Amino acid sequence: MKMSDNAESPTETPKEESQSPPDDSTTTEEKKKIDVLLKAVGDTPIMKTKKWAVDRGRTVQSLAQFIARFLKFDANEQLLIYVNQSFAPSPDQDVGVLFDCFGSDGKLVLHYCKSQAWG
Amino acid sequence: MADDKDVLRDVWFGRIPTCFTLNQDEITEREAEPYYLLLPRVSYLTLVTDKVKKHFLKVMKTEDVEEMWFEYEGTPLKWHYPIGLLFDFHASNTVLPWTITVHFKNFPDSDLLHCQSNSVIEAHFMSSIKEADALKHKSQVINDMQKKDHKQLWMGLQNDKFDQFWAMNRKLMEYPTEEGGFRYIPFRIYQTLSDRPFIQKQFRPVSSDGNAHTLGDLLKEMYPAALPNDGEPKRNQVVIHGIEPLLETPLQWLSEHLSHPDNFLHICVIPIPTD
Repeated sequence: MKMSDNAESPTETPKEESQSPPDDSTTTEEKKKIDVLLKAVGDTPIMKTKKWAVDRGRTVQSLAQFIARFLKFDANEQLLIYVNQSFAPSPDQDVGVLFDCFGSDGKLVLHYCKSQAWG
Repeated sequence: MADDKDVLRDVWFGRIPTCFTLNQDEITEREAEPYYLLLPRVSYLTLVTDKVKKHFLKVMKTEDVEEMWFEYEGTPLKWHYPIGLLFDFHASNTVLPWTITVHFKNFPDSDLLHCQSNSVIEAHFMSSIKEADALKHKSQVINDMQKKDHKQLWMGLQNDKFDQFWAMNRKLMEYPTEEGGFRYIPFRIYQTLSDRPFIQKQFRPVSSDGNAHTLGDLLKEMYPAALPNDGEPKRNQVVIHGIEPLLETPLQWLSEHLSHPDNFLHICVIPIPTD
């Protein structure tokens, strides 16, 4: 399943950007999308679809907003995202960077929850 | 470590003379004088500017005051980046004091994170340390610490207490002797010519054949365009804490001595002015 930039319409397939030069797509490093596995913590509702293809340049904040809307959170409910079940990355951090540093087996595992899970 | 403690002190006590001026469009009851401050390089803007806020609030009505934010020459300054990094990246070739414009309205939501209290800074700071330790020690050192140890790191930074901070931070700088360094070096490379905020990847302090990786090795792999081609003049400055370390400097040493308190080595690549 693809995840678009527009958090309000998550099932929309994003347009392929075709203007990138051909030598840009040769290595896996240059891949525009990464696989993210989303896991709920505690009593936070789970998402039926757990694995998503996410743009490398998407920010943690935008991903959190997407999950919150997907789960129909109230506007005042906060959603936190954790890496390695240990730290909450900065909201403006790119998921691509997290994938490069903390991904394993070709995917990035992120935990999400409504309230603070790990100090 | 102990041999180079002077370096740690010099880094910790680095200061940037700064002049804060109020944005011209703010509504004031009388003219606002500029406010001068020596900013600690290793701290965060919103953590050390209570006095600046107080100073400008004296000439403003409460109803005209929203969340304070800072700008330099049109660029909103990210409070969650260390001050020294902001200066090196945006203003390293300017005349001192660094002139920062203070705003109290029109918060640029798309550029800056909100910071309503010091607890937001604390959470960000501790998360950075945890992220760094995930790279350095698979989080083992930070997880072995107690809550009060984490608090000590934060209080050390907040209250500018070098000894308090380093008594705990030195544990985060340890590594098994036989490995010659951390698992990966927590670094971020900032560049003006990219729309991505920074480069951050896995990079080991020691090569597969056992040699210490240098700053030059890191740049060659992560951002080769930062380095000059053979025989060509230097096009970029590679700046950490306001200085240009030799590219031959071992990366492990830099990580232990020139990292910010958040345990990341923040490296700026700045084009040399051509005029």
